Amino acid sequence: MTETPTYISDDLEDVPGARAGEAGETFYTASQWQLMWWKFRKHRAALVAIIVLGLLYGIAVFADLLAPYQTNERFGTWEMAPPARIHVRDESGQWVGPFVYRLHRELDPETFRVGFVEDTSEILPLRFFIPAEPRKALSIFTMNWRLLGTEDGQPVFIFGSDSLGRDLFSRTLYGSRVSMFIGFGGVILTFVLGVTLGGIAGYLGGVVDEVIMRLVDFMVATPTIPLWMGLAAAIPRDWTVLQTYFAITLILSVLGWGGLARAVRGKLLSLREEDYVMAAQVYGASTSRLILRYMLPNFMSYLLVNITLAVPYTILGETSLSFLGLGIQPPAVSWGTLLRDAQQLTVVAQRPWQLIPGIFVVVTVLMFNFIGDGLRDAADPYSRL
Amino acid sequence: MVAYIARRVAIMIPMLVLLSIIAFVIIQLPPGDYLTTYINARIAAGEVFNEAEIDRLRAQYGLDQSVYVQYYKWMSNILLRGQFGQSFFWGRPVNELLSERLPLTLAVSFSSLLVVYILAIPIAIVSAIYKYSWFDVLATTFGFVGLATPDFLIALVVSWLFFMLSGRMVTSLFSLPFRDAPWSFAKFLDLVSNAWLPVLIIGLSGTAGLIRTLRATLLDELSRPYVVTARSKGLTETRLLFKYPVRIAMNPVFSTIGWLLPGLINGGVIVGIVLNLQMIGPVLMQATLTQDMYLAGSIVLILGVLTVIGTLISDILLAWLDPRIRYGAGG
Repeated sequence: MTETPTYISDDLEDVPGARAGEAGETFYTASQWQLMWWKFRKHRAALVAIIVLGLLYGIAVFADLLAPYQTNERFGTWEMAPPARIHVRDESGQWVGPFVYRLHRELDPETFRVGFVEDTSEILPLRFFIPAEPRKALSIFTMNWRLLGTEDGQPVFIFGSDSLGRDLFSRTLYGSRVSMFIGFGGVILTFVLGVTLGGIAGYLGGVVDEVIMRLVDFMVATPTIPLWMGLAAAIPRDWTVLQTYFAITLILSVLGWGGLARAVRGKLLSLREEDYVMAAQVYGASTSRLILRYMLPNFMSYLLVNITLAVPYTILGETSLSFLGLGIQPPAVSWGTLLRDAQQLTVVAQRPWQLIPGIFVVVTVLMFNFIGDGLRDAADPYSRL
Repeated sequence: MVAYIARRVAIMIPMLVLLSIIAFVIIQLPPGDYLTTYINARIAAGEVFNEAEIDRLRAQYGLDQSVYVQYYKWMSNILLRGQFGQSFFWGRPVNELLSERLPLTLAVSFSSLLVVYILAIPIAIVSAIYKYSWFDVLATTFGFVGLATPDFLIALVVSWLFFMLSGRMVTSLFSLPFRDAPWSFAKFLDLVSNAWLPVLIIGLSGTAGLIRTLRATLLDELSRPYVVTARSKGLTETRLLFKYPVRIAMNPVFSTIGWLLPGLINGGVIVGIVLNLQMIGPVLMQATLTQDMYLAGSIVLILGVLTVIGTLISDILLAWLDPRIRYGAGG
């Protein structure tokens, strides 16, 4: 038996070719996922968000190829350089193509701070695929070029450099690996915990339900940051990056499954009352078949929404912990550790460009929220917007 | 009402016990205890400890007993004598360390709560009535971005912007002459003049969240048939609005306080750390970095208990406002 929705909708403009007259059929025979996709497609922001996130994850995966420099490559005399100013026209307004001027370090006679001054007489054109020392990329091949640079070797810091003369742009790209993928690691764990415990509570009911739900109430009502901090403080300082990474993921998920469990339980409880579940039960379906064949498909979409909304929670958590120095430890980079360099207000006032990784955090979280919203609307394809 | 409160308090007790256990687990978690760390550091510094001395120190801090006895002692000291134990790092009682910062933290968090309401309610109402106007677009954007930005980033960006505009840097809740002065009206005024920006910063993400919830609920209400009926009966638009939909939409405002409060406490901790304010955050930070676990555990416990109590108060208020909850489906 195929799952054919018998609901009659006047939402026909969703259906490809519906207005053409013959295609009412398409709508009535469409699967639930197809209906969801039609609905989701109407959510402009969510579609844009998928593209943006795709780009960001692409950047994270191919950071090796895209980043002009290594994460811990220092440029001796280039500390605290502001973001490179890329020009296309020279002084006289003549079109030259993208270039930077030669930069000179100069001491500001008033503030006694070293700054960089453009020497407009010397033009250094920007080139792609500049030869560089060989390095390993994507752990399979060696590359002997960098994506972007000047031919004479003056570094180009697209996002500026930090107090040790490291390129913030490259560090942001590499940092996205930890920051963006911790979301998935965390979500898988949160998902397992939330679905299992929520499922048990919803299915068994009674005392078990009561205990688990009180636990959830408790977790939702306790401020997480002090708890995170307390638990993260217990992570031994001499652990490797990978161990710390898993520990952080674990902490975030152990404290984060409450919302999902509550959602799963609520949905299970309401599904249990549905006629078709009752029918299957009367028909003699076993418990596991009841759950896996009849109930689960019905709230897969619902789970998807909750999972999408759980990813940004983990990303924000990692960023905050690393920012406080309790998460990922240097020399590993994540957006949180990069923002840690901007912890003092005096630093921000001097080098506002060190906040740039923050923009990446906000955009990523925002995109996940958009997708979550889009999915939420689409998850119930039979409702009208 | 009494029955409702009794039931609500009864639910709270296991929560508090659980909280105390979690706080104690945090205290116990790091491998070894503070004493081993301390002794190792002293030995590395060239001091000599003999076994007897170490045992004496262990006994003094009660570290020679079983975990259960330690938990019991810690809890009974808190419950019977109000003593949270000794901070190893500072060598002072936890109570003393928190005596000034805790009230300030509470005052700032509570003010932030008020700020959230003062900002979010009117913004959400206007933005729901004039749906898709420039104001609504602005408010919705603010709602989205505010929720997507971690608190510490809001703190950094807002105080940086404030510095760029006014040339002043927020680095303390008090100006220099008042920092160690005894409490006076002048000191209070000084606190207000310095604290408004941190209060605003802590409240921002809560405001963003509340605007979104409130706007969505109000939009739902505004499309109900009873609104059309009331309008057709000739009710003025303002009267109609405030008499029915707004009142109904206010419900989540109070029922979400249980989520808002932990958020504000979180924000208070982080913003306190970023701006290094005389709040509880920096102490917790220091304690976690030095693995001063009695201090860290106590702070986790105190903040947790305060949140639970805050939620209880808001629940009781809500029940008092809304009879449906009072007599509702068994809590």
